[in-house]
Amino acid sequence: MDANIAYVIDTFFALFAMTLIIFMVPGFAMLEAGLVRTKNVSAVLMVNTMIYAVASLAFLLVGYSVAFGDFGSDSMSKWAAFLFQMAFVGKVINIMSGGVSERAKVLPLGLFTIVMGALIYPIIVNWSWGSDMLKNTILDLNMYDLAGSTVIHSTGGWALLAAILIIGARRGRYPKEGGVRVIPASNIPLVTLGAFLLWIGWFGFNGGSIGSIASKQSADAVALTIMNTNTAGLSGAILVGLYMYFRYHKLDITMVLNGALGGLVAITAGPNLYDIYTPILIGSIGGVLVIFGVSFFDKLKLDDPVGALSVHLLNGIWGTLAVGIFASNGDNITFLGQLKGVVVVGIFAFISSFIVLYVINKLVPLRAEKDEEMQGLDVDECGLEAYPEFKRAF
Amino acid sequence: MKKIEAIIKPFKLEDVKDALTEAGITGMTVSDVKGYGRQQGHSELYRGAEYVVDFLPKIKIELIVANKDVDSTIHLITEASKTGKIGDGKIFVSPIEKIVRIRTGEEDEEAI
Repeated sequence: MDANIAYVIDTFFALFAMTLIIFMVPGFAMLEAGLVRTKNVSAVLMVNTMIYAVASLAFLLVGYSVAFGDFGSDSMSKWAAFLFQMAFVGKVINIMSGGVSERAKVLPLGLFTIVMGALIYPIIVNWSWGSDMLKNTILDLNMYDLAGSTVIHSTGGWALLAAILIIGARRGRYPKEGGVRVIPASNIPLVTLGAFLLWIGWFGFNGGSIGSIASKQSADAVALTIMNTNTAGLSGAILVGLYMYFRYHKLDITMVLNGALGGLVAITAGPNLYDIYTPILIGSIGGVLVIFGVSFFDKLKLDDPVGALSVHLLNGIWGTLAVGIFASNGDNITFLGQLKGVVVVGIFAFISSFIVLYVINKLVPLRAEKDEEMQGLDVDECGLEAYPEFKRAF
Repeated sequence: MKKIEAIIKPFKLEDVKDALTEAGITGMTVSDVKGYGRQQGHSELYRGAEYVVDFLPKIKIELIVANKDVDSTIHLITEASKTGKIGDGKIFVSPIEKIVRIRTGEEDEEAI
């Protein structure tokens, strides 16, 4: 193909994929707005809006250079190459912010967003997809992670774990007399809308990560990637649905949707490497991890209103290891190489997030005051309740 | 003049309203309420964890009738809202001292 045409097509493809990924912004926003109580909805949406704006700007000013050295691309417009990478940044922080909903204040989360978007995440990208400052050192990562099961999803999950350890659970969630107080979702239609927006965004997330579509071979790779991504998502949903039905005779929609998201995270490391049936297994195991994870983290009293630890942290790890188990393209992919990537990135992401959040917490407390939390964060944080009208009877 | 307050199952509202309208009762006030009596709550499931819903959603109907209509109205409401299962609700009757229709200034029974 004429090089100019390939350049145009790949630029268009990157911009299209980027646009799909940005659909994950309302995806996370609606998912979280539905899963939290109505008194915290404005605050949660404010955090989501802040993350997209602040993280993108931090990446433009600092992060992109940290990760890739300089603006530039031979195969497409360098601005499109930047925009595609920029689209991912907010997702890392979204994973973390959702899990500390209903008690974390907007301003300290904003400070963390700056550090994450300008430094922590770009450094991890540098090691994995970027200019690789660890080359020829003992820590050099040779894991295969196409679209970021580890680089994005686990990283966000580790940051969330650090945040929950610092901020603690929502008041009343784990009563003194033991047990767990359930705080149900407030708006199931929004949860569903958000989950499906994320699902649609994933086609750009994974498909776009192939990096080019302007040849017969790469077009096939993109299509296979999107197909396998979709298969893993629906497998996760089906497995959780079956489990919930046989165990409880109740099809909990929030769990089924989280099963889908777990499957999508799990396939993200290597959707282009598998045949068309392996994703069924990978996504199903992703669903199992969500089922197991939600109750496991509750036992540990790690309060996560949206289930992000199970969906993103556990499945990010699983998805990266799955490449080492199932990938068949002999690209120097080894299980140990994948494991090393998981461990190195995990340690760095957790420790750096913990230190940064700890310092921020000393300067600007992460956690809302007791009264503020009881009243709901909307009033003090936004001065605007999400649903201020009297409930109409009919 | 008496006020009749009936707490009923939400899906029975239409039946009660139809029965009362047919009998010539011209107005009522309806509100969404929550509460529990002998039925207690029931448990629901969220992410594999059971939780108890203590306060069940019910409908409260309030209407004012002349003394002579109290028994027949109670009978109508009872018949229309009964399912025979626990949680059908209760009816309370209390005296009313005064009624004023704002538009015309009519008072008491004329204002019902």
